[in-house]
Amino acid sequence: MKKGKGAAKAIEILEALGRIHGARDMVPVGSVQVSGVSYNNIGEHGLAFLEEWAAMGSKAVVPAAMNPGGSDRRIWKSLGFTAAFVRKQERVIKALEALGIRPSLTCTPYHVGVTPKLGEHVAWAESSAVCFANSVLGARTNREGGPSAIAAALTGVTPRHGLHTDEGRRPTRVVEVKCPVPAAADAGALGYLVGRLLASDKGGGIPYLTGVVPPPGSERLTWLKALGAGMAASGSVGLYHLACVTPEAAAQGSKLAKAAGQKSVIRSLDEGRAALNRGSGRLDLVAVGCPHASPEDLTRILRLLNWKKAKVPFWIFTAEEVRRHAEQTGVAASLGRCGATLVADTCMVVAPLKELGIHTLATDSAKAAFYLPSHHGAGVYFGSLEQNVAAALRGEWSAR
Amino acid sequence: MKGRVICDGRAAGRVLKSDVPLGLFGHLDPKTGVYREAGHPLDGKCVKGRVLVFPRAKGSTVGSYILYALRKTGKAPAAMVLAECDTIVAVGAIIGAIPCVDGVDLSALTDGAQVKVEGQEVILAAR
Repeated sequence: MKKGKGAAKAIEILEALGRIHGARDMVPVGSVQVSGVSYNNIGEHGLAFLEEWAAMGSKAVVPAAMNPGGSDRRIWKSLGFTAAFVRKQERVIKALEALGIRPSLTCTPYHVGVTPKLGEHVAWAESSAVCFANSVLGARTNREGGPSAIAAALTGVTPRHGLHTDEGRRPTRVVEVKCPVPAAADAGALGYLVGRLLASDKGGGIPYLTGVVPPPGSERLTWLKALGAGMAASGSVGLYHLACVTPEAAAQGSKLAKAAGQKSVIRSLDEGRAALNRGSGRLDLVAVGCPHASPEDLTRILRLLNWKKAKVPFWIFTAEEVRRHAEQTGVAASLGRCGATLVADTCMVVAPLKELGIHTLATDSAKAAFYLPSHHGAGVYFGSLEQNVAAALRGEWSAR
Repeated sequence: MKGRVICDGRAAGRVLKSDVPLGLFGHLDPKTGVYREAGHPLDGKCVKGRVLVFPRAKGSTVGSYILYALRKTGKAPAAMVLAECDTIVAVGAIIGAIPCVDGVDLSALTDGAQVKVEGQEVILAAR
């Protein structure tokens, strides 16, 4: 372990967390993803803390990435962010960079080259990223917080408990899905229902889902991402098993499901869709890319826009590295001609939406539809990506 | 009484007790040290210099930073004694350097009693 005052504080945090959770020992991690980056979330006190920790001079000893911050670093002005907010946001990023954390500013580190292997231990913090790493990649991480993830970055270890252990990855409940779940937004609505269902299960619950599979092709990962993001938002789920699909379920089969003490059936997504789709009145913005859009998502949106022009602002949130790639391939310019803007380094959940004058928006993200009413007082229309593109082109939401 | 050390340290003060969970973020004001939550037993009470006794925390993960801010403004509690400490309070106690113990039977700690916290020990002053 690296010496230094900052690393000593990190060890103190990790040891306390290890004691609380009854960890056997510390386990080395291959990568770290740090949350609590948006100034809109952590505020003045969080910023002061990060600057003090940064001043202690310790640096990350493993690859470490940042979750989205509160503003786009390049086009903040044209999007309506204030200079005062951006200055504070830049100070947060600078403090984290001083701690050796890369300003990737995305909830999808796996789209920008940080892809843990099956069984690899990591310390990730953003809830949808945690769920993706555990479930889809078969890596092992608990749901870390901002300071505990930084502590893991500075020391290269994290307490071994919970989702790092075989026992801690056994399902708590079999969830049999008896309705079609065709699109990513449907997977999000299913995730939302599953998260609610498991809220009272031990440790946030781990579902073993049967009766449903993701669509083939490039929408597969988007669907799996949306499923995890939904259940990590409405519940505290950090791992799901999907029969025949996710690596641990595919390898262990029904043997894994036998560990689950409880069973539930989901017969319809209607209740989830209705709970998430609560918008009314004028549409200020169509926002997709929660979690951040992949390069394949961008081309799918471009196909749906089909060279028509959006009548309301249409923002697609993604990682800066993905945006740069889209700029090189011409996809960004084509989207721009259709009135769609690629927004990077931030997202609809952690940006100061009220300051931007956004009161009602449409999205295909169950996670965003879950958080935006309570976090930002925003009205939200929720539906498929197709419905969102149609709303952008029409300038208003339509139920069909 | 012996508990489990969350943040090691020594402190003394009068107990400020809540029988229900505390929400840190949005309720505990770092500028004044005063807790605000309508209908909550600690509503309007200042935590500065007190041994804060409560079963557990509730609410946002940003709560850790509130404990850090209380240290900076000089309004921090002298110590915290909980039934069950979670990640948010543990991280907050450490970054705010507030001695903290959990796993203690809180029934013996009455509001206003003078107590000492020394590492894992919570000691009631003789009357």
